[in-house]
Amino acid sequence: MTIALAFDTGLAALVVGVAIWTITAREAFAAVVGFVAYGLLLALVWVRLAAPDVALTEAAIGSGVTGGLLLGASTRLRRTETPAAGEKPGATLRLAAALLCTLVSTGLAAILLLLPEPAPTLAPQAAANLAATGLGNPVTAVLMAYRAIDTLLETVVLLLALVGVWSLAPDHVWGGFPGPRHHADPDGVLTFIAQLLVPVGILVGIHIFWVGSVAPGGEFQGATILAAMWILAMMAGLVDAPPVSRCWLRLLLVAGPAVFLAIGLAGLAMAGAFLGYPVDYAKLLIVTIEVPVTLSIAATLAVLVAGPPERAPRR
Amino acid sequence: MSSVTVYGLCSAVLVGLGLFSLIVHPQPLRKILAFNLIGGGVFLLFGVVARRGAEGGFGGDPVPQALVITGLVVAFAATALAVALLLRLFQETGRATLRSDG
Repeated sequence: MTIALAFDTGLAALVVGVAIWTITAREAFAAVVGFVAYGLLLALVWVRLAAPDVALTEAAIGSGVTGGLLLGASTRLRRTETPAAGEKPGATLRLAAALLCTLVSTGLAAILLLLPEPAPTLAPQAAANLAATGLGNPVTAVLMAYRAIDTLLETVVLLLALVGVWSLAPDHVWGGFPGPRHHADPDGVLTFIAQLLVPVGILVGIHIFWVGSVAPGGEFQGATILAAMWILAMMAGLVDAPPVSRCWLRLLLVAGPAVFLAIGLAGLAMAGAFLGYPVDYAKLLIVTIEVPVTLSIAATLAVLVAGPPERAPRR
Repeated sequence: MSSVTVYGLCSAVLVGLGLFSLIVHPQPLRKILAFNLIGGGVFLLFGVVARRGAEGGFGGDPVPQALVITGLVVAFAATALAVALLLRLFQETGRATLRSDG
């Protein structure tokens, strides 16, 4: 066994171990902490699988922002845990579930072991057309050029999720501020860290976004870091979450998908296809889409974490 | 056995563990967490398929990798909506349970 294989086996065992711990943890809060560790370990696995772009996304969104959202929810739902413990299913159902899940895992494992050799791949096609997009990072090329429709629809999905979350607001607070107002001790550690980290984090977010055209990174990773900085500033009480009725907020949220759609439609005239780019201007158009999309995704993620309005607007 | 195979088996186990948790945990928040555990396993499966398709000077097939990035963001959006629904349920009824009676 080589050192690399030994490391990979150890890492895989650790991921499975943390997943088991997350499932068996008695308290939801502890389980969420386990989930955050699970996400970070998975990010390491992605590095080992030569996918640094995915590793950044997994660490930022899969572990970071999702973890933060679930931690907040588990604190607010702590009182409901003891009564829910009485609803545990009986031994028969648990055994049946275990059998079913073993079957699913075995089936998946068998399929993975029987995958065709050599593996089918689109990598050569992605490499052959990379020059036409003006980009150096194949993953960004897939996201912004080859499969741009996926990315356009994804930004719309984020907006739809936000519409769903906002619709859960009770009538009397509609248009108001999301979540509780956070007050942190102005001399406390959280305020200090927020003041120190937010400016640096914004720069890191912009950098990760900008290098995405040639190196690992891109709009989703950069946007998540920007969103995390906004969330941190809100949690430390440095800024309040904006009321959902604010015009600038609405504009910021739709700017990305709107510009994306407009350039996509212009592609019909310029390159003869929806979301097609003329070769000479491909890079310019992609960056023109990416800037508002990054800002919109960052705003949407932060506002999704802030939740539906809970405090009435000031009149 | 290669490293890619090890991670492939790991992803299969993660999907099974997540599914088990989704079925047996009564609390909705734990179900949301289980849904994300399954997601981690499924995305890892994509990563294994991408790594096997390494060609043309790339470490992996960029198409499944880009799909996973899209998937992670959509999974987050679904999680945020589910958590908001759950918190609203708690706000309305003072309880967070999926039981229809009582």
